[in-house]
Amino acid sequence: MTASGRDRAIEESLLRPVFETGRGVWITVGLLVAVIANGAYQWLLQLQDGMVIAGMNQPVYWGLYITNYVFFIGISHAGTLISAILRLTQAEWRRPITRAAEAITVFALLMGSSNVLWHLGRPELIYVPLLSPQLLSPLIWDVVCISVYLLGSITYLYLPLIPDLAILRDRSPRLRWFYRLLALGWQGTSRQHQLLERAIGVMAVAIIPIAVSVHTVVSWVFAMSLVPMWHSAIFGPYFVVGAIFSGIAALLIAMAILRKTFHLEAFLRPIHFNNLGLLMLTMACLWFYFTFAEHLTVWYGNEPDEIAVLNARLYGPFSTAFWSMITCCFIIPLGILSFKRTRTVIGTVVASCAVVVGMWLERYIIVISSASYPRSETMWDGGVYTPSLVEISLTAAEFAAFVLLFIVFAKLFPIVSIWEIKEGDERDIDAVTDILERESPGGAVRRPD
Amino acid sequence: MAKWGMAIDIDRCDGCNACVVACRAENNVPIAGPEQTEKGRAIEWIRVERHVEGEFPNVRVRFVPVMCVHCDEAPCVKVCPVSATYETPDGLNAQIHPRCIGTRACGQACPYTVRYFNWGEPSWEAPLEQTINPDVAVRWKGIMEKCTFCVQRIRRTNDQARDEEREIRDGEVQPACAQACPAQAIVFGDREDPESAVSKLSESPRAERPLEELGTGPRVVYLKKGGWGDGVRPGSSD
Repeated sequence: MTASGRDRAIEESLLRPVFETGRGVWITVGLLVAVIANGAYQWLLQLQDGMVIAGMNQPVYWGLYITNYVFFIGISHAGTLISAILRLTQAEWRRPITRAAEAITVFALLMGSSNVLWHLGRPELIYVPLLSPQLLSPLIWDVVCISVYLLGSITYLYLPLIPDLAILRDRSPRLRWFYRLLALGWQGTSRQHQLLERAIGVMAVAIIPIAVSVHTVVSWVFAMSLVPMWHSAIFGPYFVVGAIFSGIAALLIAMAILRKTFHLEAFLRPIHFNNLGLLMLTMACLWFYFTFAEHLTVWYGNEPDEIAVLNARLYGPFSTAFWSMITCCFIIPLGILSFKRTRTVIGTVVASCAVVVGMWLERYIIVISSASYPRSETMWDGGVYTPSLVEISLTAAEFAAFVLLFIVFAKLFPIVSIWEIKEGDERDIDAVTDILERESPGGAVRRPD
Repeated sequence: MAKWGMAIDIDRCDGCNACVVACRAENNVPIAGPEQTEKGRAIEWIRVERHVEGEFPNVRVRFVPVMCVHCDEAPCVKVCPVSATYETPDGLNAQIHPRCIGTRACGQACPYTVRYFNWGEPSWEAPLEQTINPDVAVRWKGIMEKCTFCVQRIRRTNDQARDEEREIRDGEVQPACAQACPAQAIVFGDREDPESAVSKLSESPRAERPLEELGTGPRVVYLKKGGWGDGVRPGSSD
């Protein structure tokens, strides 16, 4: 096949999911909208009656909303951080997965931070921290970091999208004005390419410290207080590791679904699942190391207030969640991802599902178990936290909205970067030709000139 | 300027809950009802805890009135993103209700668990709504509230003393809980004045500050164990 023929084939198969929408997608969208509508209705009830219809109480002032907040902001590390690292290290296998990863980042961040709306007692005053911030509060640090990260990751998603937007501007049967607006007059000149590459390079470097700061600061919301098993110096890196870990898992699941429904088998190949699987295995080991170090220190220190939380996790009311978390975050991924034979597409997806569940449980355990056992000598009858209907509905709505945003994105833009695949293709062909010319015995003879 | 503080003699407390009732009436603390109380959503600026000490047959139950201890280094003040809680010059930890946006970060950060959130709209069953104290604002759903050391009484006494061009006398300001306590277990006063009852009681070998090891600097001191006979309470002896 000629080079231009290959280019066209790449373009066709990556644009097909954008131009054609099957019935399955519409049904999925319908279901997701129903779940979101239910969440919205429940939220209206909560606005009307107050937090009294949520499950929180004293001493568990923070519940599922904060759990989801931490969880989704963790998922958001999928993207930008992984894609930035892979770009910077010039890992060629990154090409088909960066865009999906970057999209996950933006949508997970939106979902994570929207939890603030349902969490606040007075959501109508959500703008007040921007007008009169109290700079000692870790919550303000959070607002700053997450805003920067959101802007950064939207930019980082948008920049590599520009050349593909130009393709859509020229080829799309609909919404051409929209693509023209976004394509910013991209003509594909070498000057434009040069500028774009430089901008992407700068963003890739800048986004890494921002992403690390985001989850570190999320952990500081907990670690800065004196609450047992929150007040820990390890929390910053522990949360960052967990965030990247759950991010990779979310990315792998998204890739598997895209591969199946959009027929992208030619682009998302077993090698990508294998490589990301290895990365996830590394993170699973790191995560376990942090978890072990954190819990061992508390156990050995034997401080009564901290031990109360630890015991609740190991044998008490949180033990089911705790041991499920250990199983999902460590035992299952370790068992599947350690062996090449099981590090297949299906294998990595099973491990990823376990990791996503496990990491959600981790966030739940961290938030709720510490909140349930405060330092005060609780001889009074404090509340026991059970998530209520409104909290569960909003959690479901968040997951649904996350998937819906991702589907809408994949229906508007190619979810695998066309120009980057082409670029990689050219690079590969050049490299192979080069080898043939230099090293194969017939190379010199075959040289065209 | 005075720095307010409190001493609570738990050897004197018999758990009658008069302080709780007085506080509720003085500060318009809403009534949660049994169902919400069961769920841990009752608001009690002061609550009487039962601490069981020892094992059978040598058991002793102590009643401990617990309220905001108005920390010197308050964890709640640090974490509030909008400065809805702050420290006043006379050593109170104050809550500005209209500024609170309901993050509940202060509640979560407080090691004493004495900050109360209005989970729903507060209500008073008739005829209790007619008992509302006009000196104290009624709070609304979605915000935090807590013990103020009866700041309205402190301010009123302050004004009165200023008008009469004199200092506030020891024992002149009495929060509702102290005023209602039949055993005179609660003593309130100026911690800066070495002659005040609260300062003397704080020096007692029976005195201990709750969770002092956290470095929060609580301004409420508990006296316990009994038998030391420090005898500094005005008009009474141990």
